[in-house]
Amino acid sequence: MTAISDREKLAYMAAQAADARINVELETEGMTLNIGPQHPATHGTLRIVAKLDGEQVVSCEPLCGYMHRGYEKLTEVRSYPQVTTLVNRIDWLGSFANEVPFILAAETLMGIEAPPRAQWIRTILFELSRIANISLFLGDLGLQLGAQTMGFYAFRDREYVLNQIEAVTGGRFHPNFDRIGGLKDDLPKGWIEETKRAVGKLRDFCDETDDLMMGNEIFQARTRGIGVIPADVGLAYGLTGANIRGSGVDWDLRRDNCPPGLVYDKIDWKVWTHPDGDSFARTWVRLQEVREAISIVEKLLDSVPSGPIMAKVPRIIKVPEGEAYVATENPLGEMGYYIVSKGDLVPFRVKIRSASFNNVSIVPWVARGAYVPDLITILASLYFILGDIDR
Amino acid sequence: MIPLSSAEGTTTDALDDTVVERDEAREALLEQVSAELGDAVIGSYIRPGDALWVRVDRGAWRAAAEFAKGGLQCEFFDFLSAIDWLPSPFGRDMDSQEDIAVHGKEDKDAPVMQSGFAGGDTRFQVLARVGSVSRGHAVIFKTDVPDDDLVVDTWVPVYAGANWHEREVWEMFGLSFAGHPHLTHIYLPGDFEGHPLRKDYPLLARRVKPWPGIVDVEPMPGAGDDEGGDGE
Repeated sequence: MTAISDREKLAYMAAQAADARINVELETEGMTLNIGPQHPATHGTLRIVAKLDGEQVVSCEPLCGYMHRGYEKLTEVRSYPQVTTLVNRIDWLGSFANEVPFILAAETLMGIEAPPRAQWIRTILFELSRIANISLFLGDLGLQLGAQTMGFYAFRDREYVLNQIEAVTGGRFHPNFDRIGGLKDDLPKGWIEETKRAVGKLRDFCDETDDLMMGNEIFQARTRGIGVIPADVGLAYGLTGANIRGSGVDWDLRRDNCPPGLVYDKIDWKVWTHPDGDSFARTWVRLQEVREAISIVEKLLDSVPSGPIMAKVPRIIKVPEGEAYVATENPLGEMGYYIVSKGDLVPFRVKIRSASFNNVSIVPWVARGAYVPDLITILASLYFILGDIDR
Repeated sequence: MIPLSSAEGTTTDALDDTVVERDEAREALLEQVSAELGDAVIGSYIRPGDALWVRVDRGAWRAAAEFAKGGLQCEFFDFLSAIDWLPSPFGRDMDSQEDIAVHGKEDKDAPVMQSGFAGGDTRFQVLARVGSVSRGHAVIFKTDVPDDDLVVDTWVPVYAGANWHEREVWEMFGLSFAGHPHLTHIYLPGDFEGHPLRKDYPLLARRVKPWPGIVDVEPMPGAGDDEGGDGE
């Protein structure tokens, strides 16, 4: 017992000495902390160089490019159907959602539209990708803030959705299923009922997340008020998705600028926003989005029309001359493709507007003055996928 | 097929043989931009129900951003990029061998440089898209960058998010942005030479070895002539 009281005494003396030192204003030297490229909080290979003063971040600079694959150059030597294979690898947790805007942009240029059944199934798969993607985000955020259980639950329950995606497309991660003018295949028998059961399990996952994480005092202490992004700053940086809805901006491309080829306007659903703009708000919005996506899937499953799944499309796809930009609300935010076509088999130029590139560019702004542990919270709550930054 | 518009590209000339659709909201938007920027608006194009392209003079590039943010309430910065309109000097040999087998060799006359919607006079064009969340509209701005002076004003003071996009364009196309606070490499290593997204920058993988699509078009046994591969 005496040992402890000795230690307490020493700690007290140290604290006093530290206070005295601050008051004297000793000359201090900043420190540069290198986070990544191999760090669990960087979701891959994002490197962050932070200049610290004590434990506070003075400035920080994300360095990307460790996984740059040059997709914009590669698309210039791929025919349109081949491009979907590439863009699958941009946001690898919600792959199907990457294909859709590219296909829709090509359809816009060609002036064709997929038949209703294809549009319905496309939207269902789009939302299933969202559920798989964001449920893993919730688990991953928990992991990084010390709630290990969330990680296990997320990996376990995400599998139900991936199984359903695999049952239709044949691929868990890279479906490569969307085609210009429709879809590759129809739904397998019994899939609709199985999917209803699977998303039901994800609804339980959302409730568990709500109990275990969102209601947890430690979690709230670590996320509330951390990394606050005002709406105007977020918009000037081009933040999209839950990051901007967490700052109170009621903007969702599914509702506000839904491109033809998806059927979000055929059903009732709700866009969730949160006024706070902090890490908690962004997480909360994402959790509500999973719930909303589950109900969207359930409503769409009840109303899948019958009919063909492929429009009349020439066997060799030549896209007429022109330019088009089509963006959709992907799990990470706005994902769009600006296609320039010169009437060839291959696109002349494709600009890939990926959500994470803009979302991460705000990190130097938002991390200034934050403490090092909060930097991890900020990065995790902004939620990026490396392939989506580096393309 | 919509032909690529010429330099004076207007709304109507592209769609004259189809039903002429009107898009009053975008026309009003274009009028607002023209009223503010005057002669600096060089070309424009509207695809009804879809998008508005405005090509401005290079000198008015920053003014366009300021007016978009202040006058049009386009508070949302979407993306900024560039296009190299030079026809690929490597021609169709960048295509797969299968395509050449199926469609024949390209015609030998050198392709002419064309520009896209809203026209263009130079090889390089910078384009950017900004939007309004409150009013629900968006504008795609373009500007020409002459070959002998590859510099445009930066948008960073207006839209902070343009920072990384301009760095990407600087690195990939070799266009410079006057007044950019930190124009350094973003994806490529610091000692990288060349600008990969320029059309005259070869895709080395294709230069070293042709795309192996040709193996797919070997005739099937008994299939007779060369109608083997069907591309699936």
